[in-house]
Amino acid sequence: MSDARGAPTLEIISPGMLTTVQDKGRWGYQRFGMPTAGAMDAFALRCANLLAGNDDGAAGLETTAIGPRIRLLADACVAITGADAQPTLDGEPMPMWEAVCAGAGAVIALGAPRDGVRAYLAVSGGVDVPMVMGSRSTYIKAGIGGLEGRALRAGDVLRAGVSPRGAAHSRGRMPPGGVPRYGRGDPIGVVLGPQDSAFTAAGIDAFLTSEYAVSMDADRMGCRLEGPPIERASGADVISDGNPMGAVQVPGDGKPIILMADRGTTGGYTKIGVVASADIGKMAQAMPGAALRFRAMSVERAQNALRAQEAILAAIRESASAAPPPRIAAIADGEVAAITDILGEDGAAAAF
Amino acid sequence: MIYDEPLFLPAGDSAVVVELGDAIDPRVNRRVHNLADAIDAAAASGDIHGIVDFLPTYRSALIQYDPLAISADELEARVRRLVRGRSAAPDKPARVMRIPTLYGGEYGPDIGFVAERAGMSEEDVVAVHSGAEYLVYMMGFSPGFAYLGGLDPRLTTPRLTTPRLEIPAGAVGIAEAQTGVYPMASPGGWQLIGRTPLRLFDAGRQPPALLKAGDFVRFAPLASQAEYDELRRQADAGEYDAVAGEAAR
Repeated sequence: MSDARGAPTLEIISPGMLTTVQDKGRWGYQRFGMPTAGAMDAFALRCANLLAGNDDGAAGLETTAIGPRIRLLADACVAITGADAQPTLDGEPMPMWEAVCAGAGAVIALGAPRDGVRAYLAVSGGVDVPMVMGSRSTYIKAGIGGLEGRALRAGDVLRAGVSPRGAAHSRGRMPPGGVPRYGRGDPIGVVLGPQDSAFTAAGIDAFLTSEYAVSMDADRMGCRLEGPPIERASGADVISDGNPMGAVQVPGDGKPIILMADRGTTGGYTKIGVVASADIGKMAQAMPGAALRFRAMSVERAQNALRAQEAILAAIRESASAAPPPRIAAIADGEVAAITDILGEDGAAAAF
Repeated sequence: MIYDEPLFLPAGDSAVVVELGDAIDPRVNRRVHNLADAIDAAAASGDIHGIVDFLPTYRSALIQYDPLAISADELEARVRRLVRGRSAAPDKPARVMRIPTLYGGEYGPDIGFVAERAGMSEEDVVAVHSGAEYLVYMMGFSPGFAYLGGLDPRLTTPRLTTPRLEIPAGAVGIAEAQTGVYPMASPGGWQLIGRTPLRLFDAGRQPPALLKAGDFVRFAPLASQAEYDELRRQADAGEYDAVAGEAAR
């Protein structure tokens, strides 16, 4: 990230239900009790950043259920990923999973997705808020990170950072098959442990074969599930230990809670398993009422799934460095100039 | 007690729990902090790579790693070597942290209840609470919160039946057999006996938390509001050094 402060770029006209600034999270401070926070569906945010020509660790916006309306205060390229929020640009449908460049004054609106919960918006240069403990992620409970440690409000103005190489030269494309599909009921991979031995074989079997419904009690901290209780062989409590992202903790009532981005660093409930990293996005996008199934995965298989996801990100990066600089037409009118529409032209330098 | 060989428990595809013993015990906990020191040193010297975060707890540590940078098997082999190496090395001394505290009055509305339960005077509660040295077993629950061990059993007091809606940052309290300091304003059910002018957590400070796992803590009674105010001024100006010394672990 450049030291130079970027220009005011995003004005929040309406914030939607809960829109926050997030990046990959605040790592390295959990030993002080600091939760990582960060994007719930980090893969989607990282894709959005790479598509917009940023480093995948840049900050973007995470929306929740009802999306925000945002006015561009400067010419910018944005990429929207995650749940299908049916975004519009000046009232016209706007594609997701690709960079779209528009001029100052354009209005981007995100609706209420039907296949998931959270959409991500990356802007070329990245959302520029102060770095706190190595991250720009908002952790609302402690009022840390993001914009003043809080959810975005109407009237907020966010700056975009200065894109090191010039965003217009470095936007990427999704490789075929790279866009995740949410809400299809695919089973979610779980690596059993660290305390799977605290449960009976019948309890583990129930967890892996039953359907669980996402309750209304689902937020950035965790997601409580409704379904058959998981039978245990010993007590519900262990000596408190660390909580990784996606930990499936089972309190006394036997109903699993999946710990997510804003989880406390430590906890004393037994953890039957941990959601595979590659399936965290599916978990983050599970809507209240959705039916979930879990399947056991070995550490190796889960790591292979993660490698496959990283390969998608690498492909976006590669397409970005290979792409000719796009030419942007009619930008001042706020006309949609999707990168896929302009790639393959003569590759003259962008007009801005 | 302390295991002969640490247990490695998978915690997903990018983390592992290294369990060093089976109880909340200062000796087991010391092994955890020794491992933290060893991993920090190994990461700094490049002897180990791919560790994303290290989270020490009572009797185990959660090591979060990047599986694209280091395999689970290699990580386990390296950590086992570090555990063996550290067991042979002398323990590093621990910091002793001084937490000045104004007991009772407006800041400690529950000290009378604690005294009554313990069958002692409020002055004795202060003497007993500030006379002990507490071990920071681990940090967690909220940013900057220290799990302290070593409360005199006579001061064991149940939580409030109705939690307070807001407890201010710096409040010193007791809940069951635990004592601790609220690092930030939050609702809570602890019995409040005093308040410290120090900031237990400040996102703009490096490191952000005043305490760290493995430290020892002593509460030092303040004589007056004026003294509290002066220390608050010093703390805010960054002039107060809470490190009171070192102790053998």
